[in-house]
Amino acid sequence: MTPLLSVNNLTYCKKHKPWFGKKEIFRLAPVSFELRSGETMAIIGENGSGKSLLAKLLVGVERPTSGSMQLNGEPLESRQRKQRYRAIRMIFQHSKESLNPARPLGSILDETLQLNTTLSESERKQKIAQTLVQVGMLPEHQYFYRHMLSEGQRQRATVARALILNPQVLVADEPFAALDPSVRSQTVNLLMGLQRDLGLGFIFISHNLGIVRHISDRILVLADGNVVESGKTDVIFNWPKSEYTQRLVYAHQALVSR
Amino acid sequence: MPKSSFYEEEPFPSPVRQTWNEFRRNHIALLGLWCLAFFVLLSIFGPILSPYSALEQNTDAILLPPAWEPNGSTPFLFGTDSLGRDLLTRVVNGCRITFGASLILVLVAMLIGCAIGAFAGMSRGIRASVINHLLDAIMAIPTLLLAIIVVAILGTGLVNSMWAIALALVPQFVHQTRDVTRREFQKEYVTAVRLDGAGNTRIFFFSILPNMIEMLVVQATMALSIAILDITALGFLNLGAQSPSPELGAMLSDALETAYIAPWSIALPGAAIFLMVLSINLVGDGLRTALRNRLTQ
Repeated sequence: MTPLLSVNNLTYCKKHKPWFGKKEIFRLAPVSFELRSGETMAIIGENGSGKSLLAKLLVGVERPTSGSMQLNGEPLESRQRKQRYRAIRMIFQHSKESLNPARPLGSILDETLQLNTTLSESERKQKIAQTLVQVGMLPEHQYFYRHMLSEGQRQRATVARALILNPQVLVADEPFAALDPSVRSQTVNLLMGLQRDLGLGFIFISHNLGIVRHISDRILVLADGNVVESGKTDVIFNWPKSEYTQRLVYAHQALVSR
Repeated sequence: MPKSSFYEEEPFPSPVRQTWNEFRRNHIALLGLWCLAFFVLLSIFGPILSPYSALEQNTDAILLPPAWEPNGSTPFLFGTDSLGRDLLTRVVNGCRITFGASLILVLVAMLIGCAIGAFAGMSRGIRASVINHLLDAIMAIPTLLLAIIVVAILGTGLVNSMWAIALALVPQFVHQTRDVTRREFQKEYVTAVRLDGAGNTRIFFFSILPNMIEMLVVQATMALSIAILDITALGFLNLGAQSPSPELGAMLSDALETAYIAPWSIALPGAAIFLMVLSINLVGDGLRTALRNRLTQ
């Protein structure tokens, strides 16, 4: 069975040469992994370890220096940009920032549909209402501007925006970071339920190892742009190999057992 | 928009509505808005209502004082000037010319400035700074001086002075638009739209322009008051609109000869200019405050 998404030796190298001072280089060392449909993969690591960059490379905001990605065995080239954008959707970290303040939610979702589908206006309206219900909002919310929505609703809105094109892979950059515990567990359940229903591949970045342990099947540990360790969640949590992972896991366990 | 029935006890105004609510709390600005609306209506319908033409000379009623003076007469409500032309008609027509010309030239300057600014904001590197600073030299010269130079080259006239002032107003629009475009393009919602497959042009018109409209309105009101003052100044110096035309500045310079015997022929057009600029400045100031309050909420 071909994996849904496979990533081979993806690297990224950014040279920043200021006129004065030292030149800085940030690089992401070769990253390879495979994701099956219905599978959840978590990316963990410290701040500045390249997690968000990896997410941006996956969805196509940044271009990798070398390496390749395949979706369902077909290579993702820059030629079929639209297809790629449609298949791999991103949920942003700051849900507030990712919604346009001057447009109501319905028109934001409508633009996504206009650009990517050939649906008629009434079909689009129906699809928007349906997607909003799917993520646990009301069809009336399409007339709301972003400042009228609560933080949890905004998060749902960004999920709706990612889901509305029926993607195959969802990439989420710390989707739960800014939420309070009850809304966070609601969102986690929402995403898990959607994944079960739709068979999505789900890649998410999180600092919260409790959630990672709860929902992910596999884990990728990053440190300074290098892949330290990757494997099944159980294995990583119970028998961490590298010292870096050990420290992360022990820090989490120390918090939980206290 | 169908009214949402769910959270009816809590009103959720749209951004424009919010700005209006903030604006309404400022009574002086609201007064300015009424005054401005009066001038707009006056310049549209005023000339239709007045019984005289602006150039019609009533030789039997020369230098007649306004109707509230002891020897004034009601048919000429604001009195007449040294050629027996009805002053009220001339002021109304003057409002139309001065206000209308300023409005048109501000719109032209805004369109040109926005286009250049959007282009500069979306391009990178050397090209961006060339476009952005192309017209900066103009900003160093005062508007009026620049207008005089242009008029000296092209010749006097209302249209030439309009071009000159529009040219002088373009750079500030370029800078404002470019700054906002730059800033907004870095935001996450633009990345999100880009991931939907939108190109730069579409992003500008559909995502950034709605966020920019209020800034443009504020900027345009400021530019409008400058434009009115400049047009009247050029008219007064006989470089803009020429003498028989009832442009307010040209009227002032005409009336200067008879200032001592007929002070009303200076005071009334002057008052019209003053009220127009004052109301525009009040509205602009109120809008800016409303916008700031809305954004800090």
